[in-house]
Amino acid sequence: MPDVHTHEEDPHDSAYAGLLVNDAHHWAFGTDFEDPLAGVDTTVPDGVDPAVLAAYCLMLGDDALVLSQRISEWCSRAPDLEEDIALANIALDLLGQARLLLARAAAADPAAVPALPEGSPVPDEDRLAFFRDDTAFRNVRLAEVPNGDFAETITRLLLFSTWRLALFERLAGSRDAVVAAVAAKGAKELAYHRDFAARWFVTLAQGTDESRRRALDALGALWPLWPELFETHGVERAAAEAGVGVDPASVAAEVDVVLEQVLAASAVERPEARPLAGAHGWKGRDGVHTEALGGMLAEMQSVARAHPRGQW
Amino acid sequence: MVSIVERTSERVRELAWQVAATVVDPELPMLTLADLGVLRDVEVSDDGGVVVSITPTYSGCPAMATMRDDLVRRLQEEGFAHVRVRVALHPAWTTDWITPAGKAALAEAGISPPGPAPRREGPVALQLAPIPRAVHCPRCGSADVDLTSEFGSTACKAMYQCRACLEPFDHVKEI
Repeated sequence: MPDVHTHEEDPHDSAYAGLLVNDAHHWAFGTDFEDPLAGVDTTVPDGVDPAVLAAYCLMLGDDALVLSQRISEWCSRAPDLEEDIALANIALDLLGQARLLLARAAAADPAAVPALPEGSPVPDEDRLAFFRDDTAFRNVRLAEVPNGDFAETITRLLLFSTWRLALFERLAGSRDAVVAAVAAKGAKELAYHRDFAARWFVTLAQGTDESRRRALDALGALWPLWPELFETHGVERAAAEAGVGVDPASVAAEVDVVLEQVLAASAVERPEARPLAGAHGWKGRDGVHTEALGGMLAEMQSVARAHPRGQW
Repeated sequence: MVSIVERTSERVRELAWQVAATVVDPELPMLTLADLGVLRDVEVSDDGGVVVSITPTYSGCPAMATMRDDLVRRLQEEGFAHVRVRVALHPAWTTDWITPAGKAALAEAGISPPGPAPRREGPVALQLAPIPRAVHCPRCGSADVDLTSEFGSTACKAMYQCRACLEPFDHVKEI
């Protein structure tokens, strides 16, 4: 019978050996925060108002951040494991785009970043994500409404990714090198998201009576939020005129053609629904949101806000 | 004539590249960062510091910090005192940068390597049918395979199943 005590000499025997070694390399994702734009030239191009570039990047970044958070709510709850993983992947892509865009906004205009207690290690993009109130978020309202059922989640992703892909394909030519690089990268990811959502939409619409009913209900419920995506906000107009942004109205026709392909394959007609009004004309891009955003942010931000010094 | 200083700096650069090229990907440890095409450049600055450039595979790649830490540690172990890792966002990473050795290592590990990345000219066309790919089962070699999902255990992989031997496997999707 082996003597268990002789095994103590073998370091492979203890699963805990080395756990308390104070070595930063030991931890899978490091022990500190890192700059996602480390070494990237963040000089604002000539003739561009840094505040405009920052506000524009916040809009694009907030769209991705808020939808990423919504999609993440599906983790462990999707209809099957494959869709659970797919949705988590898509949320991660959007979170990555958001992180870069918020970091770009902060580098362009440090005044846009919320102040935290002296010595806080929380990086700029996290300050923007976790320490702004809902009225400072500039995302379109389509990104923030609750998930609804799987059909509604898929339909929202179809609308959102079709629109965002068209924007990003043009933004790859932005005069701002950071925005251009993020967009060129993001377009590849969004093409997968759009195809995933489009296939599922066709599958649901052409599936059972129940799945078709749900797809139609989803499109009807989200349709009032669709026109907002193509309305030109003053910041978007200024960013487009400066050559760093894209006027969303300019992609409407192309997006419409792609959406029509999906609807035709699904034998679905466009719903008749009025656009969701804003408050005195103010909408998501102005920081005026549906009540759903505040609740979502309260959950998303609670841990960071409880530990603004990044310590516990 | 190349000066001795320039020759020395070039030699340091080569040595640093060789060390950096041994660091493996945290999620695909059968691949080095060089084989994966993530390691883009190694420069030696005037003060003798080493600057390594890496390009993320996906925007949300959670392994970037680990890659940075691993590169710094490996280079420091080999005597390069001052190491900085910078992110190169442009041009965007493509699976075409995975080396032939890297593709062979993937197949060896049971992961189907990517084919050529799609060429993009003009707007990306909508794909309502599964993306046609020449995928072979890494276990039995059969081309009779089914796509299970375009999204797999990491952002860079799709899931397949072989209809001949029933093996489920990952495919690194073209991007």
